[in-house]
Amino acid sequence: MMASTYNAKDEDGHITVAGPGGGTLRSRKPENTAFKQQRLPAWQPILTAGTVLPAFFVIGLIFIPIGIGLYVTSNNIKEFEIDYTGVDMSSPCFNCSQNFSWNSTRPCTCSIPFYLDQPYESNVFMYYGLSNFYQNHRRYVKSRDDSQLNGDSEALTKPSKECEPYAFHDNKPIAPCGAIANSMFNDSLELFYNDPNGTKVQIHLMKTGIAWWTDKHVKFRNPGGNNPNLTVAFQGTTKPVNWRKPVYELDSDQENDGFINEDFIVWMRTAALPTFRKLYRIIQKKKDMVLTLPRGNYTLEVVYNYPVRSFEGRKRMILSTISWMGGKNPFLGIAYITVGSVCFFLGVVLLIIHHKYGNRNNSADISN
Amino acid sequence: CFIRYANCVGEENWVDSRTVYIGHKEPPPGAEAYIPQRYPDNRIVSSKYTFWNFIPKNLFEQFRRIANFYFLVIFLVQLIIDTPTSPVTSGLPLFFVITVTAIKQGYEDWLRHKADCSINECPVDVVQQGKVVRTQSHKLRVGDVVMVREDETFPCDLILLSSSRHDGTCYVTTASLDGESSHKTYYAVPDTMAFRTEQEVDSLHATIECEQPQPDLYKFVGRINIYKDKEEPVARPLGAENLLLRGATLKNTQHIYGTVAVYTGMETKMALNYQSKSQKRSAVEKSMNAFLIVYLCILISKAVINTVLKYAWQWSPDRDEPWYNHRTENERQRHVVIRAFTDFLAFMVLFNYIIPVSMYVTVEMQKFLGSYFITWDEEMFDEELGEGAQVNTSDLNEELGQVEYVFTDKTGTLTENNMEFIECCVDGNVYIPHEHEDLFFRALCLCHTVQVKEEETVDGIKRGIHQGRPTSFYISSSPDEVALVEGMKRLGYTYLRLKDNHMEILNKDDEIERFELLHVLNFDSVRRRMSVIVKSSSGEYLLFCKGADSSIFPRVVSGKVEQVKARVEQNAVEGLRTLCVAYKRLSTSEYEEACHHLTEAKLALQDREQRLAQAYDIIERDFVLLGATAVEDRLQEKAADTIESLHKAGMKVWVLTGDKMETAAATCYASKLFRRSTQILELTKKRTEEQSLHDVLFELNRTSFFFFCSRLSVDCLDFGLIIDGATLSAVLKPNQEGAAHGNYREIFLEICRNCSAVLCCRMAPLQKAQIVKLIKASKEHPITLAIGDGANDVSMILEAHVGIMGKEGRQAARNSDYAIPKFKHLKKMLLVHGHYYYIRIAELVQYFFYKNVCFIFPQFLYQFFCGFSQQPLYDTAYLTLYNISFTSLPILLYSLVEQHVTIETLKREPSLYRDIAKNSLLRWPVFLYWTCLGVFDAVIFFFGAYFLFDNTTFTSNGQMFGNWTFGTLVFTVLVFTVTLKLALDTHHWTWINHFVIWGSLLFYVIFSLLWGGIIWPFLNYQRMYYVFMQMLSSGPAWLSIILLITVSLLPDVIKKVLCRTRSEKVVSVELELRNVDT
Repeated sequence: MMASTYNAKDEDGHITVAGPGGGTLRSRKPENTAFKQQRLPAWQPILTAGTVLPAFFVIGLIFIPIGIGLYVTSNNIKEFEIDYTGVDMSSPCFNCSQNFSWNSTRPCTCSIPFYLDQPYESNVFMYYGLSNFYQNHRRYVKSRDDSQLNGDSEALTKPSKECEPYAFHDNKPIAPCGAIANSMFNDSLELFYNDPNGTKVQIHLMKTGIAWWTDKHVKFRNPGGNNPNLTVAFQGTTKPVNWRKPVYELDSDQENDGFINEDFIVWMRTAALPTFRKLYRIIQKKKDMVLTLPRGNYTLEVVYNYPVRSFEGRKRMILSTISWMGGKNPFLGIAYITVGSVCFFLGVVLLIIHHKYGNRNNSADISN
Repeated sequence: CFIRYANCVGEENWVDSRTVYIGHKEPPPGAEAYIPQRYPDNRIVSSKYTFWNFIPKNLFEQFRRIANFYFLVIFLVQLIIDTPTSPVTSGLPLFFVITVTAIKQGYEDWLRHKADCSINECPVDVVQQGKVVRTQSHKLRVGDVVMVREDETFPCDLILLSSSRHDGTCYVTTASLDGESSHKTYYAVPDTMAFRTEQEVDSLHATIECEQPQPDLYKFVGRINIYKDKEEPVARPLGAENLLLRGATLKNTQHIYGTVAVYTGMETKMALNYQSKSQKRSAVEKSMNAFLIVYLCILISKAVINTVLKYAWQWSPDRDEPWYNHRTENERQRHVVIRAFTDFLAFMVLFNYIIPVSMYVTVEMQKFLGSYFITWDEEMFDEELGEGAQVNTSDLNEELGQVEYVFTDKTGTLTENNMEFIECCVDGNVYIPHEHEDLFFRALCLCHTVQVKEEETVDGIKRGIHQGRPTSFYISSSPDEVALVEGMKRLGYTYLRLKDNHMEILNKDDEIERFELLHVLNFDSVRRRMSVIVKSSSGEYLLFCKGADSSIFPRVVSGKVEQVKARVEQNAVEGLRTLCVAYKRLSTSEYEEACHHLTEAKLALQDREQRLAQAYDIIERDFVLLGATAVEDRLQEKAADTIESLHKAGMKVWVLTGDKMETAAATCYASKLFRRSTQILELTKKRTEEQSLHDVLFELNRTSFFFFCSRLSVDCLDFGLIIDGATLSAVLKPNQEGAAHGNYREIFLEICRNCSAVLCCRMAPLQKAQIVKLIKASKEHPITLAIGDGANDVSMILEAHVGIMGKEGRQAARNSDYAIPKFKHLKKMLLVHGHYYYIRIAELVQYFFYKNVCFIFPQFLYQFFCGFSQQPLYDTAYLTLYNISFTSLPILLYSLVEQHVTIETLKREPSLYRDIAKNSLLRWPVFLYWTCLGVFDAVIFFFGAYFLFDNTTFTSNGQMFGNWTFGTLVFTVLVFTVTLKLALDTHHWTWINHFVIWGSLLFYVIFSLLWGGIIWPFLNYQRMYYVFMQMLSSGPAWLSIILLITVSLLPDVIKKVLCRTRSEKVVSVELELRNVDT
C-alpha cells in the first residue's frame, strides 16, 4: 500500500520539497504557487436537483429503449430444454440411472423422444446442463495443473500437489491430473430427427468451435511438442481413475485429441454457480436448407455414463439459438426497463419537489 | 558519611546526590569519605539502533503497530494452513511496507549516528595540570575543568567557576534548548570568580555536591565545598544560575572556565529532555478504532456463520465429498474440530480485507503530506517576524476542525506584547514633581533585571527599542520592564549599566549615581512581584519592590494608598497594565537579618524554592508605597475579528491571564470577547467575600440557566463570566463541607456551558492547565485548544488537545503541536485548514470502510453458492491490488485536495464550522449509512451478476464463461462503482483529481488486459488467461456493467439531492463571491 502512496508523491512532483517544519525554524516565505496555496483552478460541480434532474431524464430515456430492445431480442430466442436424468420411473433413462456402476463395461443407453413445436432457423447450440454440481468448490477449482495442461513435460510426470488425491494412481502420474479432469462429463448425446415419413435422420453435430480460441490454441497444449504420436507423448502416465479411455483417445481427430480436445477444455473451465450449462455441440445451418431444425419429433440418444443421482444432481440437454446478446436472458431487458423507469419516475418526483419547495434558489442552481 | 552531612548542614535523607571532585583531586583526607561513583562519559547517543540490533529491534518496533501485527498474523495463518488465498497476497504488501519503513528508519538512524559522531568528536579544551589541552568531546569526564570560548557551545552541563568578565558573569543564549533567544546571565561561584589563568583554576581544590540528573531545565540544586589549606571547607550554594547547560551557547564573554560539574553525556539536561512528549490522540482516530472493532466483530461473525453453515450444509456425505471431489487421505484423518478451526481461519483469511489495513498507511500519508499545506500557507506567513506556521505534530490536523473551547493567553497572544510606557502616578498624582518622585524614578531604574546590550545585532530579534545611542538596547525577558526603563529614560533617568555589582544611573542633572546591587529577589508568578536590595552611595540600604497591585497593597504600611489605588483601577479599566512600586529603608541590622534569611534559603539543598519563598515573604513587607505605573499593551491586529469569527463558529473562547481583572476585562471588551450586550457574571473574590461561594454559584447558575432557556427564542442575550484565580481554586477545592452543598465543580461547569465567553484573571500558570483539564474532563469531553506564547502557557498547551503557540520561538513553540506567528492566523488555521482536514479525513475513513465492504461482501455471498468452500470470488491479483493500487490513489488525492466549499466561503461564513462540530461526520448514523450503502452495493454487484449469469450464454458464439469471468465482472463493476462514488463526492475537480480518478480506472483496465493477456511463466495457474478480454468482447457484459454501476450509484445520488449537503447559505455566499469575481 505504500507503493501507491509513494507514487502519489512522485506524480505531481510538488510534494517532494522539504519537511513540514518539524521544529526547525524556517524564515523562508512559502512559495506562492496555486498548488501550495490550495488554489488550483477547479471545476466545482454542485449536485442539486437542478443539475441532477436532466440526468435522471436522460438515463430514463436511454435505458428504457435499450431495455425494450433487449427484452424483444431475448424473447425471439428459441430455447428447448429436456431433463434426462431419469429420476422418475416413467423416464426412459430410469434404468440407466438406477443401475449405474463405474466398472460396467457395457455402456447403458437410453433414448428420449421430444417434440419441437417451432422450427429453429439459424445455428443451433446444444448444451448439457448440470444442477447441484459444485464445480466452484474450492477444493475442486484448484485441483488442476495448468502447466501440465500447457504441455509441460516435467509437470506431466510430476503433477502439482494441488491435484491430490487425483495426482497419482498405481504410482503413475495421472494425465490430466486433478478432480476437474477426473470428473469430466462423459455422456454422449446424439440427436435424431424423426421424419414424418418414418425415417430417422441423424443430425450432424459439430464438436469444434465450442471452446475459447485462446484456450484451445494457447492455454492447452499437448506434451511432446509437435509429436503427432500422442501415445508416445503420454507414455509413463495413466488415465484419470474415472475415465474409460486415456486422454489420447478422446478423439480420432489429431487436432482435437489429448489436452486440446474441446470437450475437455470446455469442462476444464469451471462454472461459477452450482447450476450451469456447458456448450456441447453446434448444429450448423446448412446452406441449402432454410431450417436448421424443422418442427417435428426428435429423439435424443444418450450413452449414460455420468452419475449424478448420488448428490441429487440433474442432467439436462438444451437446444438454443443465439442472438447478438447471447442466449435467452429476459432479466437484462427487464432490469434495464425497470431502472430506466425508476430514473424517469424519480425525475418526475424531484421535479415536483423542486418546483414546490426549491423555487427560491432555483435560479442559483441552474446558473451554477 | 551521610551522618556527617546531617550534622553539618542539617540535610536528612539526602541519598539522591552525587559528589564531584573538581579536577579529579581528592579532598584532604578525613574531610569526606570517598564514594566512588560511576558516571557515563560524555558521549551523546541519539541513535536508536546499532548495527547488530537493527533488524530485531526494528522489526519488533514495527510489529508493535496494530496494522502490521494484524497483517503478520494473517500471513502466518496463510503459511500454516491451507487457505483460499496464497500467502503472497498479504506477505508481499507486508514485506514491502516493512522494508520501506525499515530502510527509512535505518537511514534516519544512520544520519543520527553521523550527527552523534560529529558532536562526540568535536574538540573541547580541558584544563589539565595547569595547561589547556585539546581533547574530544566524548572523552570528557565528570570533574574535568573545561574552557569555553565565545560563541562555542557547552559540551556538557557545567558549573561556572570563573569568567573573563570582571563581575564573574557570563551571557548565554539557550535558543537551541528552549528557543529563548534573549541572553541570560549566569554567575560564577564568588570564591572562584577571581581566577584568571589555567594555573589558578587548576590550583582549586573543591568538591561539588548536587542532585542526580533530572530533566527540568530551570532547576538545579547543589553546593560547592572549597578546601583551603586545612581550614574547614567553605560551602557555597549552587543554583540554576550557576549551571551552564549543554547545548547553550556562550555570548559576549571571551572565555570561561567551568567544571564538568554534574552531568555528562546522556545525563545532561538537554539529553534528558529528548524524551518525547506524551501522545495526543485525535477524536477521529478514536472513532476510527471504534469502527475497526465493529468491523472486526463483523469479520469474526461472518467467519463463524460461514463455518457453522458449512458444517450444517455438508452434513450429508454426498455433499461433503461427492464422488467427483474427494479429500486427500491426510485431510480425512484430521479431527473434525481441527478441521472446523482451520475452516474458521480460512474464512478469516478470505474476509480479512474487510479490515482496511491500508487505511492506516493512507491516513498517515494523508496527515503527513496534508500538513504541508499549513506550512505552505502564505496567508499565515508573517512578514515582520519572517515566520510562517509550523507543524510539530501532524497527528492532530483534523482536530483543528473540532475545537469547541479555545483557551487563550492574553499578553503576547491577544495583545502585541510590545509595551509602551504610558504614565506613572506618584503618590496619587499623575506625574507631578514631588519629593518622593526622585526615589520613585530611582526605584524603577533599579528594580529590574534588564540588561544593556551594546551591540546592534541581537540575533536578528527586535527586542528592546532603538535608543538614542544606536548601539545600546535594553534586553529583558519581561517587556514590561523594558518599557518601564525606557519610560524612565524619557523622563530623565537613564539606566546605564551594571558594573562590578554597581548599577549606574544617569540622573536628570547628568550625574552618574551608583548603587551597589546586593540582592535580587527575582520575579515569580506566584508572588507576582520582584525586589532588589541596593546600597546607595551614602551607605543607605534600600529595598525596592514592584509588582502587581494585589501583591503590593497588602504589604504597604504607609503612603497614599487610596489615591494610588483609585488611579490604578482607572488605568486598569482602560486596559493598561499597571504595576505598583514601593520601597523600604533597611537598617544595617535589618539588612543583615535579611541577608541571613536569603543565604540560608539559597544554601538549602532541599526545598530551596519553598524556603526562598518563605524568606522573600519575611523580607518583603512593611513597604512605603511610592506610586504606580501604567503600560499599554496594544491588541494584535485583527484580534477582535478573529475572536468574533471563533464565536460565530460556535467555539467558546476563554481568556486566561495573570493580569488584573479590570485590565483583562478591558482587553476583552476591546477584542470583542465581551460585547456591549453581553451580560457579565462575576465570580470574583470581591463577591465571594460578601456572599458565600455557594450562594453566588447557585445564583449565577439560576440566572444563566434561566436566560439560556429563554434565549432560544430571543437571540439577544449572551453571557460572559469573569472568574479570578482565588475563587477558582475555591471552586476546584475538593468539597469539604459535606454533600449538602453539592459539587461546586458541576455547577461551575454548568455556568460555563451557558457562557459564550469566559475570562479568568489572576491565574497562576498551573491553574491555567487545571482549567483546561477541568473542561476536558467534563461530561461532553469537548476538544480544547490552548494558545499562548510564554513559558507560563506551556502547561496549558501540553494539557489541551491541540496546543498552538503564538509568537516566534520560545518555550511554548517547543511544546506546541502547531505554531502560528500571530493570533489572527488562528482563524484560517481553524476555520479553513481545520475544517478541510476534518472533512477530508472523515471521508477518507468512511470511504475506506465502504469500499472494503463493497469488496468483501460479494465474497461472503458467494460462499452460499459454492458450498461454503472458501472459494474466492476474485483472482489473487485483484485481491492484492484492490486496496494497494486500484482504489488507493483517488482517495488519497481526495483527502489532500478536496474543498467542499471554497476557502473564501469558509472564511466569510464561520458558522459553517458548526456543521462539523462534535465529530459529526464520523458519528454512528453516518457510519451506518456508509456501511449500509456498501452492503447495498455489494448485493447489487453480486446478485446482479448472478441473475445475468444464471444459466445463460453471454457471447454471440455460444461459448460459456466460468467462475473467473463471473468474479471479474463483479470486480470490474466494483472498481468502477467505488471510484465513481468518490467522483460523486468530489466537489473540487482540479486536474490532479481528473488525472488520478480517470487514471486509476484506466490503470485497472490496462492491468487487467495485461494480466490476462500473457501466459505468466512464474505462476502455477493461468486461470485469468483471456478472461478479461473475453468479457469485454461480450455485449451483454458491457450492458450489465453499465446497468449495475448505475443502480449502485443511484441511492447515493438521490440522498445527495434530497438532503442537500450544502445549505442555502453556502450557495448564496458562493454566488456572491462568484459575482464579485466576474
